[in-house]
Amino acid sequence: MIQALAFYLFAALVIGSGLLTITARNPVHSVLWLILAFFNAAGLMLLVGAEFIAMLLVIVYVGAVAVLFLFVVMMLDIDFAELRAGFARYALFGLAIAIVLVSEMIIAAGAWSAGSLELAQRIAPTPNDMPNIQAVGGLLYTRYLYLFEAAGFVLLVAMIGAIVLTHRARSGVRPQNISEQVKRRPQDAVRNINQPSGQGVEL
Amino acid sequence: MIGIQHYLVVSAILFVMGVLGIFANRKNVIIILMAIELILLAVNLNLVAFSAYLGDLVGQVFAMFVLTVAAGEAAIGLAILVIYFRGRGTIATDDINRMKG
Repeated sequence: MIQALAFYLFAALVIGSGLLTITARNPVHSVLWLILAFFNAAGLMLLVGAEFIAMLLVIVYVGAVAVLFLFVVMMLDIDFAELRAGFARYALFGLAIAIVLVSEMIIAAGAWSAGSLELAQRIAPTPNDMPNIQAVGGLLYTRYLYLFEAAGFVLLVAMIGAIVLTHRARSGVRPQNISEQVKRRPQDAVRNINQPSGQGVEL
Repeated sequence: MIGIQHYLVVSAILFVMGVLGIFANRKNVIIILMAIELILLAVNLNLVAFSAYLGDLVGQVFAMFVLTVAAGEAAIGLAILVIYFRGRGTIATDDINRMKG
């Protein structure tokens, strides 16, 4: 009973905040509604016992991606009213496409039959004696180790790409030149002289 | 336990809402990126629901990979947006024709 109540609460909130994400006038509000949608989707995943993905959603999406969106929206000085012109016209067109998509889904779901489920064919049956996070971690670090490493490389490439794209070489600053500093040898910089007394130093 | 159909309906609605958002806000790249995030969220919800109801953990592993790609996509997309805005002073999609694609 409480589970059904929680499901309908989360489902209604995720759909409502999703709708407000795409219709809000102010993009900052859009980002905030997106954060609410992610939170409620994490709640939905928690209800079926996928704790790891739910926590990942909160940490990665709410903590990183949504904040990145918020940062970019607030950093760029954009005239959002101008960008919103023609919303109603485009929304009408989008609504037509959405209706087509929904009817296609209904037709496909109606024509599809699941057949008999071959539960013995499961690759990694959910173990009963360990928590979800431990089970997923065990799977990630054994069977899917290479794919996991590949996912790490995807993130590395994304990070380097984002830095290279947005990095700007500014003139008028004095940055550190590591290779020049490392190449410098004592004989280039230090000179030993026998200084006679009573004379000025020649530099 | 809630039936899997309920989860599928929620994620289908979320998916269609993301598609609608792309078309309705087709001038504003930031909202389009957010709509893409909504679509990927719907896909993740589907994967997790099937994973839970079939008792197979692979779906959750797959959802994690989708999450990884979505995070990378958002980072790169917003980086492109920032340099585009720096050069042009606007992010309206109608003006993005420099590449003549």
